[in-house]
Amino acid sequence: MDLLIHHFWELTITGLAIGAVYALVALGYTLVYGVLRLINFAHSEVFMYGSFAAVWVLMALGAGKATGMGLVGYLVVGFIAAMATSGVVALIVEFVAYRPLRKRNSPPLIALISAIGASFTFSELMGLRDKPLKWFGLEGLQPYLGRARENLPLTLHVDTKRVFPVFNYQVTNIDLIVLGSAIVMMVILDQFVRRSRLGRGIRAVAQDAEAAALMGVNRDRVIRLTFLIGGVMAGAAAMMYLLKIGVTRYNAGFILGIKAFTAAVLGGIGNLRGALVGGFVLGVAENYGGALFGNQWKDVVAFVLLIIILLFRPTGLLGESLGKARA
Amino acid sequence: MPESTTTPEHDDAAPLPEDHAARPEGHVARPEDVDTTPDTSVDISVEEVTDLPQGKMLEVDDVTLRFGGVTALDGVSFHINTGEILGLIGPNGAGKTTCFNVMTGVYQPTSGGVRFLGEPLGRRKKFAITKLGIARTFQNIRLFHNMTALENVLVGADAHHSSGIFSALLRLPRHRAEEEEGMDRAHELLKFMGLEKRANELARNLPYGDQRRLEIARALATNPKLLCLDEPAAGFNPAEKVKLMELIQSIRQQGYTVLLIEHDMRLVMGVTDRIVVLEFGKKIAEGLPAEIRDNPAVIAAYLGVDENAS
Amino acid sequence: MTAVSGFFHGIANRFRALPKWVRVVLLVLLALLVYLLPILNPPLITTTGSDFGAVLFLCALYSLVALGLNVVIGYAGLLDLGYIGFFAVGAFTVGVLGSSHAKLPLLLCIPLAMVATLVSGILLGAPTLRVRGDYLAIVTLGFGEIIRLALVNTDWLSGPRGISNIPTPPSFHLFDVPHVTWQGFTAYLDLENTTDFLTFSVTDSIPYYWLALTCVIIVLFLDKLMQNSRVGRAWEATREDEDAAELMGVPTFRFKLLAFATGAAIGGLSGSLFATKQQFINPDNFTIIYSVLFVAMVVVGGQGNRWGVIVAAVLLTWAPERFRFLADARFLLFGVLLIVLSVFRPQGLLPPRRTLRAKEADQEAPDTIDAEGVARA
Repeated sequence: MDLLIHHFWELTITGLAIGAVYALVALGYTLVYGVLRLINFAHSEVFMYGSFAAVWVLMALGAGKATGMGLVGYLVVGFIAAMATSGVVALIVEFVAYRPLRKRNSPPLIALISAIGASFTFSELMGLRDKPLKWFGLEGLQPYLGRARENLPLTLHVDTKRVFPVFNYQVTNIDLIVLGSAIVMMVILDQFVRRSRLGRGIRAVAQDAEAAALMGVNRDRVIRLTFLIGGVMAGAAAMMYLLKIGVTRYNAGFILGIKAFTAAVLGGIGNLRGALVGGFVLGVAENYGGALFGNQWKDVVAFVLLIIILLFRPTGLLGESLGKARA
Repeated sequence: MPESTTTPEHDDAAPLPEDHAARPEGHVARPEDVDTTPDTSVDISVEEVTDLPQGKMLEVDDVTLRFGGVTALDGVSFHINTGEILGLIGPNGAGKTTCFNVMTGVYQPTSGGVRFLGEPLGRRKKFAITKLGIARTFQNIRLFHNMTALENVLVGADAHHSSGIFSALLRLPRHRAEEEEGMDRAHELLKFMGLEKRANELARNLPYGDQRRLEIARALATNPKLLCLDEPAAGFNPAEKVKLMELIQSIRQQGYTVLLIEHDMRLVMGVTDRIVVLEFGKKIAEGLPAEIRDNPAVIAAYLGVDENAS
Repeated sequence: MTAVSGFFHGIANRFRALPKWVRVVLLVLLALLVYLLPILNPPLITTTGSDFGAVLFLCALYSLVALGLNVVIGYAGLLDLGYIGFFAVGAFTVGVLGSSHAKLPLLLCIPLAMVATLVSGILLGAPTLRVRGDYLAIVTLGFGEIIRLALVNTDWLSGPRGISNIPTPPSFHLFDVPHVTWQGFTAYLDLENTTDFLTFSVTDSIPYYWLALTCVIIVLFLDKLMQNSRVGRAWEATREDEDAAELMGVPTFRFKLLAFATGAAIGGLSGSLFATKQQFINPDNFTIIYSVLFVAMVVVGGQGNRWGVIVAAVLLTWAPERFRFLADARFLLFGVLLIVLSVFRPQGLLPPRRTLRAKEADQEAPDTIDAEGVARA
C-alpha cells in the first residue's frame, strides 16, 4: 500500500502513457466489432507488424542517439512506417481471413475460428524469420531482421529527459511524446467519425448494415475502411510502445492484444470513446495493481478486470454503441 | 364483418430472434406425399389435465409492459377458464404475442402480474413456467430444425423428466423408465397429429403444415394444462384450416385448455368459446363470439387500420 | 473432401448393418490392433525420429482432450478458449497431492484431480455462462491465462520451477511383450526390446499409452451414453435455439453448466495422465497456445462428432512427428489450416451426424421448400 501512495503520481502518469497505447489498439477492436460483430483476434498481429516495420526502417536509416530536429525526424518516419505497415496488414487480414467468410454467410463461431487462425498465421510468420531467410539465401539480412524468436530492440535512443514535475514525479519527454501523439490521433479520429461522409458510413453500417446498404452505403468499402483505420491506430500505438518498452518480438502483440481488448470491453465495445476511456483506466489500474500486489501480478489484473466487467457490466463503462452518435 | 386472409405480419413482440419465413405461395408438394391425417382417436390426455377443478385457470391482472418509450401492454386484464378455448385477437401490433411472452416468462411485466391456478408466476424462469403447465407454439415456426420430428417431441417430453447425467451414464432404472415414457408419449402425440410416418425425418424437411402440427405436438409433450397457440393457421389454405379447427377441438376434448391467437375470423368464431380483443396494448372488448362480431369498437379497430401497416 | 467423409460414412453404414455379435468381434479386434500399435511398429506409420510409444501416448492423451472439449463446443455450442486451464488444474492437483504437499497414491490423486477440475469448471461457468457467445470465448481465454499466471506466481502451488517426482501408477510384473522390428516389409520379433506388462517407468512410454487409450475408450463409451439421453437432447436443443428450448422446459443454463463441468472433468483426467507420464510439470507447459490447438482439433475434426475430433487430434499430433520438417512450422500450419477450413469446410473433416443427415435429406427431397422459404432446385 505504501508503494502505491509514495509513487502515486508516477504510477498514474506512466499508467496513462501505457494506457494510451492500449487505447489506440482498443480502437481497432471496437471498430471492427461495432461493424462486423467480430472479435478481430489478428489485430494484435497488426500491431506487432507495425512495431517491426518501425524498428527495421529506423535501423536502416542508422538511427541511434538523437535529439532535437533529428529526433523529430526519426519519430515521424517511425510513426509513418508503423502506421502504413499496420494499415496494410490490417487490410490483408480482412481480405484473407474474413471477407471469404462474409461471402459465404458463415456463422460467427466459424468467423472466430478464422480470426484465431489468422492471428497464429501472422505471428508465426514473423516468428519464422530465420528459415525463409535461409531458403532464399538472404542470410546477409539477418542482423537487420533479428533472430526469429528473440527480442528485437529499437535502435533509436531517446535520452530520457525530465521535463516538468507533477507533485513528486518528474514527467519525462517520452511520457509527453506518447501521450501527446495519442491525443492527436484520438482527436483526428473523433472528428473523422463525426464529420466525414465515410465516418457516417461507418456509424450507419454499425447500426444496421442492410438499411445502410439500401441507403447507398457500400458495405464492403466501409468494412475495409474500418480495418484500415484500426490498423493505422494500432501502428501509431506500436511506435509509442517501442518508445516506452524499447523492444518488440513476434508475439509482442499477444498479451497487449488481450489487454487492449479488455480495454475495449471495459469502455463499452463498439463505443469509440469507450475504447479510449477503457485504455486509460486499464493502464492505470494495472500499475496500481502491480504496486499493491507485486509486479508479477500486473497481467492478472487485466484478466480479472475483464472477467469482472463482463459479469457485472457487460455493456461497459460507457455502454455499447458505435451506431449512436457519440463517436 | 372484418375478414382477413392471413398474410403473417411481423412478430409484434420483437426480441425472439431466428424468425423463419412463413410458407409463401406456391408450395410444391413432395412427390410421394405421405398421408398425414391426424388420428384424433389417440388418447393424449394426461392425468393432471383430466383432474383439474373448474374455475379460472389463468388470470392476467392489470398487466402493463413498457420497453423504453413503448407501452406494449397497458393495463390488460382477462382470465381463462379451465377447459375453454379462448381466442385472443386484434390488429397488427396489438400486443397479442407480447401477452404470450409475459405469460410464458419471456418478459417481466412492468406492473401487474399473471396468476396460474391461483399462484402468481412471479419471476419464474421460462422453463419453470413450462413445468407449471403452460406451453406454447410460435408465430414463426421455431422447431429444432436439425433434429428429427421424434427428437423434437422428445425434448418436450423431457420437460417433466428428472433424470440427470448420472442416471444416464449408469442407465439407472429411472432413466430407462423416463426414456420409455417419453418415447410412448412422443409416438402417441405424433400419431395424434398424423406425423407417425414422418417421425424420423428432420424437422426442417417437413412440409409446412406438418411443421406447424409438429410444433403443437412438441408443446403438448410437455404435459401442459394450458396450451397457447400463436397463429397456428398462418399460411394454411381453407381446407387445412378446417382440419386445424377439428384438431383444436379434439385437443380440448382431451382435457386441455387452449388460448388461441389467430387472424382468420372464421376460424376464431368457429372454434372459440370466448374472445378477448386487444388494440394498441389495451383490451377493448371481451365476450362471446357473437357479441364480438357485432361490437362496433372491434369492427372499427380492424377496418380502421391500414391494410399495409405491418 | 466430401468423398472422404462419404467413404467413412459408407463404412459406418455397412458396419451398422452387420449383426450385433459380428460388430462386437470386429470392434474388439480393432481395439486390440490399436493397443498393439507401438509393439507392432508398422513401417509407414511409425515415427522414426522419436519414440513411437511416446507419440502414441500423446495422440491418446489429446484424443481425450478433444473428446472433452467436444462436449463443450460440439454438443453444447460453447466456445471455450481456455481449456488448457482445466488441463493444468488436473495436472497440478496431482502434483500437489502426490508430490509437493502430500504423498497420496496416484490412483487416489486422479479422481481427486477430476473433482477439483469439475469444481473449477462450475466456478468458472456459473457466472460466465450467462454471457454472450463471443464474450465467453474471451473470458475463458482469460481464465486459462489466470490459471497459468497464478501457478507461476504462487510458490505454494508450483512456482516457476514446477513440481517434480510425480507418482507413477502402480506397477506389477506379469510378462514381457517383445516388440516387432521391420527390415523392409518383413517383420521380426525382437526379444531384446521388450515392454514389461505392466511396469510404469520413465524408460517406457507404452504402458502409459495403454493407460491413456483405456481412458479414451471408457470416455467414448460414456459419451455415447450421454448423447443418447435426455442430456444429449437438451444440449442439441439448446444449441439449435436456446430460447425455444427453454420454453419447451429445458433448463438451459443448468445444462450448459453441466457441459462445462463434464468437459472440465475430462480435461482434468487428461491433465492427470500428462502429469504422471512426464513426472515433472511446469507452468510453461500450459500456455494459451495449447488451448488454441485443442480448439483446432475440435473444429477441424467436426465439432459434435466424437470420432471426427479423435481423428483430428491424432492427425494433428502424429503428423508433425512423422514428418519432422513440419514440426518447426507447426503452429503456422495450424493457423493456416484453421483459416482454410473455416472458409472451405467449416463443418470439419467428419461433420456430425446431424449435419450429414441434413445433407442427405436435402439430396433426397430436391423439390421441397426448406425452412428459409427458398425453393431448392
